[in-house]
Amino acid sequence: MRSCREITALVSQALDKPLRLTERLAVAVHLLMCSRCRNFQSQTRFIRKAARRYVDDLPTRLDKKS
Amino acid sequence: MREQTLAAQRPILFRYALLQLRDSTLADDAVQDTLLAALQSPSNFKGNSGLRTWLIGILKHKIADHWRRQGRETTISAFEPVDSHDDDADLDIDAFFIGDGHWNGGPKVWSDPEAALKQQEFWAVYELCHNNLPPKLAKIFMLRELVGLAAEEVCQETGISEANYWVCMHRARLRLRECLELRWFNHAK
Repeated sequence: MRSCREITALVSQALDKPLRLTERLAVAVHLLMCSRCRNFQSQTRFIRKAARRYVDDLPTRLDKKS
Repeated sequence: MREQTLAAQRPILFRYALLQLRDSTLADDAVQDTLLAALQSPSNFKGNSGLRTWLIGILKHKIADHWRRQGRETTISAFEPVDSHDDDADLDIDAFFIGDGHWNGGPKVWSDPEAALKQQEFWAVYELCHNNLPPKLAKIFMLRELVGLAAEEVCQETGISEANYWVCMHRARLRLRECLELRWFNHAK
């Protein structure tokens, strides 16, 4: 059984590269049982979205400031 | 060097320049100059370092030129080589988990994160949380998630190993998540 610490590391890696089958299975099984790691997954996805939005909107915000 | 091939690199180059110059007109100029330079001397592209890496190399010079004209030293910390001293990565991650690897505290449910994206105040908090990251993490996270470089390109740019990259991204996400939760989602407004 992998710990939350190991699972979140894999969840984080999954944002950047395809995981191996055994890793994907370990993550899937763990997430079924662990709401905090589920939250971690959706929050890191949100953080990625926010980062992209931050840069896209930056020119508008910078123009307003000047 | 085909123009379309170069044009495809434009969005990433623009984001890179914008984050450093903090001005969309200046960033646009720097990118234009970069693409022009690339078109004029395609033979300088050796093809062994990847087109984008080559273009970012030119762009960095254009940005440095800008700061020189402004009479400023080019010391924008986020783009400096990373200082590999803060390698207590495992120690840092330890703080988020207890001995057996279970969460110490851990992520709570966030209500309506989508709504946050529409609020001006959220972006101030987002910036604060990003700036609170140790410089090395802030740079690696920025190159990957804000500029949009691939993981291998980030390693190339910063000179870190792939293993270190994974640890850094994990740390950055744990810290950003926690900061956003404390300062926005769980914050008594």
